[in-house]
Amino acid sequence: MDLLEYQGKQLFARHGVPVPEGAPADSVQDAVQRAREIGFPCVVKAQVQIGGRGKAGGIKVASSVEEAEEHAKAILGMDIRGHTVHEVWIERASDIAAEYYASIVFDRSAKAPLFMLSTRGGMDIEAVAEEDPQAIARLHVDPLLGYQDFHGRRLCFAAGVDADVVRPVGALLARLYDAFVAEEAMLVEVNPLIVTAEREVMALDAKVTLDGNSLFRHPDNEELRDPAADDPQERMAKERGLTYVKLDGDIGIVGNGAGLVMSTLDVVAQAGGRPANFLDAGGGSKAEAIVDAVEVILSDEKVEAVLFNIFGGITRCDEVARGLIEAFAQVKPTVPFVVRLNGTNEEEGRALLAEAELPHVTVEATMDGAAAKVVELAR
Amino acid sequence: MSVLVDRDTRLVITGLTGREGTFHGLNNRSYGTEVVAGVTPGKSGQDVEGIPVFDTVHDAVSQAGANTAMVFVPPRFAADSILEAADAGIATIVAITEGIPAHDMLRVYTHLRRGGTRLIGPNCPGVLSPGKANVGIIPAAFFSEGNVGIVSRSGTLTYQIGYEIAQRGFGNSSIVGIGGDPIVGSDFIDVISLFQEDDETELIVMCGEIGGDAEERTAEFIAQNVTKPVVGYIAGFTAPPGKTMGHAGAIVSGSKGTAAAKAQALEAKGVRVGRTPTEVAAVAVETLGGVRS
Repeated sequence: MDLLEYQGKQLFARHGVPVPEGAPADSVQDAVQRAREIGFPCVVKAQVQIGGRGKAGGIKVASSVEEAEEHAKAILGMDIRGHTVHEVWIERASDIAAEYYASIVFDRSAKAPLFMLSTRGGMDIEAVAEEDPQAIARLHVDPLLGYQDFHGRRLCFAAGVDADVVRPVGALLARLYDAFVAEEAMLVEVNPLIVTAEREVMALDAKVTLDGNSLFRHPDNEELRDPAADDPQERMAKERGLTYVKLDGDIGIVGNGAGLVMSTLDVVAQAGGRPANFLDAGGGSKAEAIVDAVEVILSDEKVEAVLFNIFGGITRCDEVARGLIEAFAQVKPTVPFVVRLNGTNEEEGRALLAEAELPHVTVEATMDGAAAKVVELAR
Repeated sequence: MSVLVDRDTRLVITGLTGREGTFHGLNNRSYGTEVVAGVTPGKSGQDVEGIPVFDTVHDAVSQAGANTAMVFVPPRFAADSILEAADAGIATIVAITEGIPAHDMLRVYTHLRRGGTRLIGPNCPGVLSPGKANVGIIPAAFFSEGNVGIVSRSGTLTYQIGYEIAQRGFGNSSIVGIGGDPIVGSDFIDVISLFQEDDETELIVMCGEIGGDAEERTAEFIAQNVTKPVVGYIAGFTAPPGKTMGHAGAIVSGSKGTAAAKAQALEAKGVRVGRTPTEVAAVAVETLGGVRS
């Protein structure tokens, strides 16, 4: 789960990572009030989960009440690469002497937290990594030992941090690690981490990704989830306990098991089709889950044909067939369906479908055959 | 021969008394797996259709001689359950539970590696050695004894490929689901090493998917250490970046973890990669000398 910048900063602040004083606002009136309280100059920052906000005109400095109002009006409601701005963050402007980069990544390959620190902050770190990998100091931390002060010194000296701020940068990294561990983050990134003219260090931006599987331990973070950020179909699927990812094609896909569904998308694409979605009806899918799956898939109006690809392990094919028959009774689909059933109780499942004589349903014996058929029908 | 589970397996199931634990535990027993104990704190003295239940894994080890554990408890208790099994001296732990917090697994993984305990999973379908033992939720009916070892990050995809190989007349030494989470106890390299050493296994099928760099690292390992033929499959060529495709670990971030990069890495090291499950089965069977009737 990704947080907005200000949610990340508030999370940082709870763990002692220094951040500039600021406040969120979701209306022009509120924004002006917050700006008055914070004082001038202040910065009005669009809160959307996408990079490139500055270039898109979503970050503006205001030196007066009038300017704050003007910027808030312009930014609230603005569209930044498909993301509508519903909130702004008003923040005291900082006097920047240097911009660094710091992050902690959950490194699944090394199976340890990975620190990265660079004095080339404020820009796209992937570009820096590409053209000058030496400019980024990297260090893994033993997850059972945790961050030690020497880690900070090694990182700072390797990155070439100004000697007078090695201690405060190290302290900031320690607090950042506290936040990473305590909030169970997959990523915490500060770009830029600034040194002010007064030689203070603070996080001027915050990018935080939390582990969705740990939210049961963090009810406050769970509340930060923005349902409006989800696609309506994805939200509908989530409410029904299905795993659904919307794609931009016209062939609806239902399968059981993440790997098999991913593979089904690939096989359909190889046959020349464009999948409209990923939908995993789950292991042991019962008839109700199949009805839900059909409803979710058909709520996407672009869908021209649907492929059901089921390998019955725990899932029983007769149960899937019953679900399909029920779904046809309830939803009355008008687009063609191709069904492939293999595995547990496959014969019973196929017999049920044959008996029901569902309109526009083709049963195919193989995964490749089913993919070819659905692509043909979607044309 | 086979890997990880066999006729010497003496299984304890944590979470045996839960609905899923009971269902699959009894399934495993009826397959022939020696299920010697269940663990549910506070329920010692009870039994599940004759399988004795203990309060702790330690009791299951000392009183029932368990040497392998299957973890079937809900995600918030699973890390603790794995650590308990390791502490009790269990050598092989198979964790089926899906949704364990990643930071829990970071600590568990680091601790277990230092102690030498082998963990399969979490978020995996388990291990099946046809004709010998089934530990997990793999539908055993489709598979018979044979010489193909399968290792996979996904469950149903494995069944699909295994099924197609079975239809061409081949069986399996073992089928190992390593799981779809960002951190799993054993990776492709660990399991392929076991298959390389296993007399019965003549060919290895590995089913990868998008996310991470496990397949890339495995390609390098195979080139250096594996003499048996390996056939690969990668799922997720059409997955868009930044979207988790069902498994917590299946996500393309930036240019990293794509299916194309993984397939290329494997092919560069001489691993033949099938583009569909059917093609994987066909390549595997061809390598073994053609269809058996």
